[in-house]
Amino acid sequence: MIEMKSVYKTYKRKDVTTEALKGIDLKVEEGDIFGVIGYSGAGKSTLVRLVNYLERPTDGEVIVDGQVLNHLSDSQLRAMKKQIGMIFQHFNLLESKTIFDNVAIPLVLAKKPKEEIKQRVMELLDFVGLREKAKSYPRELSGGQKQRVGIARALASNPKILLCDEATSALDPQTTQSILQLLKRVNQEYNITIMIITHEMSVIQEVCNRVAVMEAGEIIEEGSVLDVFGHPKHPTTKNFVKTVIHNSIPESVKRSLKKTGNSKVFRVEVKGEVASEPIVHQVMKAHDIEVNILFANMTEIQETTLVIMYLQIAGEASAIEKTVQLLKDKGAGVEEVVE
Amino acid sequence: MFETVITLDQFLQASIDTLYMVGMSLLIGSLVGIPLGIALVVTRPGGILENKIFYSILNPIINIVRSLPFIILMVAIIPFTRMIVGTSIGTNAAIVPLIIFISPFIARLVENSLLEVNPGIIEAAESMGATPFQIIWHFLLPEAFGSLILSITTATIGLIGATAMAGTVGGGGVGDLAIVYGYQRFDTFAMVTTVIILVIFVQIIQSTGNALARKARKE
Repeated sequence: MIEMKSVYKTYKRKDVTTEALKGIDLKVEEGDIFGVIGYSGAGKSTLVRLVNYLERPTDGEVIVDGQVLNHLSDSQLRAMKKQIGMIFQHFNLLESKTIFDNVAIPLVLAKKPKEEIKQRVMELLDFVGLREKAKSYPRELSGGQKQRVGIARALASNPKILLCDEATSALDPQTTQSILQLLKRVNQEYNITIMIITHEMSVIQEVCNRVAVMEAGEIIEEGSVLDVFGHPKHPTTKNFVKTVIHNSIPESVKRSLKKTGNSKVFRVEVKGEVASEPIVHQVMKAHDIEVNILFANMTEIQETTLVIMYLQIAGEASAIEKTVQLLKDKGAGVEEVVE
Repeated sequence: MFETVITLDQFLQASIDTLYMVGMSLLIGSLVGIPLGIALVVTRPGGILENKIFYSILNPIINIVRSLPFIILMVAIIPFTRMIVGTSIGTNAAIVPLIIFISPFIARLVENSLLEVNPGIIEAAESMGATPFQIIWHFLLPEAFGSLILSITTATIGLIGATAMAGTVGGGGVGDLAIVYGYQRFDTFAMVTTVIILVIFVQIIQSTGNALARKARKE
C-alpha cells in the first residue's frame, strides 16, 4: 500500500544542511496498522509527510497504492491526497466552523451535493460518537473529542490510508486508550491502512501489528510488533521496549544471585498457545535439574500472550543442555545470559 | 455662549462628506488592499504559492508608500489625481490619495491577520488536497475573519484621520470645517463640535468593529 525506496530528505537553509532522512526503505501492506516510533528529531514526522507528499523526497521513490508519487502532476497529487486522511497532534480543526462544517470540509472541497454531505457527515459523527455535538464549535470540546472530530474529518473522503502524526501525544492515558480503540475500529470496519507516528511504545503495543524504529533519519529496526517486543536488537529499541515491558532481571535479584559451578541463567521467551502450557513444570519433570524463576513477565500484544522469563537452571551440564533443547522443541526462544 | 457662523446644514454636509470619503476610499482600498495582503502571505517564503520575485517586488513597494505621511502623499500625487478625476480640489479629488494611502495599510493589516492563522490549519488543508484557492477561501479567510474585521476597523479609523487632513487642501468634510472655521477664523464652537463629531465617529466604528469581530469569533 505504501512503499519507500531509498528515500533521502535533506533541508538546506543558507549554508546549513540537515539530513532528515538517510535512505529509508519501507513497506506497509494493505490492512496494516504500521507504527513508526522514535525520539523527537528522529525524522518520523518527515517520513509520514512523504506519504501524502506534504514533503517531497530529495531522492528516492515514494509509492502509494501502486502510483509513484514522484511522477504525478500537482493536480494528480491533490487527487491522490483525497485517498489519504491525516490526523494531527493538535487536531488542526477550524475554530471558526462548527463540528459539522469541520467534518464536511473535504466533501465541500470535492463539490459534493448538499444532501450527500449531510448524510455522510452525520454517519461519520455517529461512528465517532459525536452526533449531538454537530452544532458545537471546537473550543467547546475536550481534547479527545477534538481528535474524534479530526478522525471523522479524515474519513470523510473515504480514504484508503489514514496517517496519524502523534495523534495521541496531547491526550491523557485514558483518552489515548479510547482514541486507539477508535483507530482499531477504523482499521477493521473500513479496512483502512493506518500509519501511526509516535514516541510512546504503549501506543504501538496497543494497536500496531508492525513497527519501525527510527533514529537519526534511519530505520534501525523493523518487524512485527511481537518480534520486536520479544527480541529488541538495537539499544534504542531496547529502551523503548523497556518503557512498556519489564524484561530484565531486577538488580536486587542479580546481586543475590549465587553463581555456582553447575548452574546457568537463561532468558526464555514463550508466546501464543505455548504460553498457556506448564512448560517449566514439564522440563523439571523430564530432566534431573532444579529451576529457579528469577524473573517473569507476561504481556499481551496483538491479542497474543508474550511471556519472558529468566530461569536459573542447576544440574549436570548435559541435563541443562537437554533441558534447553526441550524448551526449544516446545517452541520457546532460549538464550543463555552471560553477565 | 459661542458665536459661530456655521449652520447646522454645514455640519450635516461636512459629516456626509466625511462619511462619503471614508466609505468610498475604504471600499476601493479594501478591494485593492485585501488581495494584496493575501498575495503577501501566499507568495512569501514558505507560503502556499511561494514566489520570490513577486514577493520581493511587492513587499518594498508597500513599504515605500506606507512610509509617506498622508499629507505629503496627497500633495505629491496631485498631477495623478488631476489626471484621474480632472481636478485636485473637492471630495472626489481627496478620494484618490486616500485610496493610495489606505490600500497598502490594509494590505499590511490583512497580512498580519492571515499570518496569525495556525499553520497546522494550512497543513490540514494541504493534506486534504485543497487547491491554493480553496486553502485561501475555505481555510485562511474564515479562520482570520474576526481578526480581519478588527483590521478593517483600524483602517477605517486611520482613514477618518486622513480625511481630516484632506480638509486642508479643500477636500471637504469635517476636517475642512475645523481648518477653515475653527482654525483660520478662531471659531471655537466649530472646533469643539468637529472634535466631538470625530470622536463620536471613531467610537461608533470601533465598538461596531469589536462587536462584529466577537461575533465572528463565536465568543
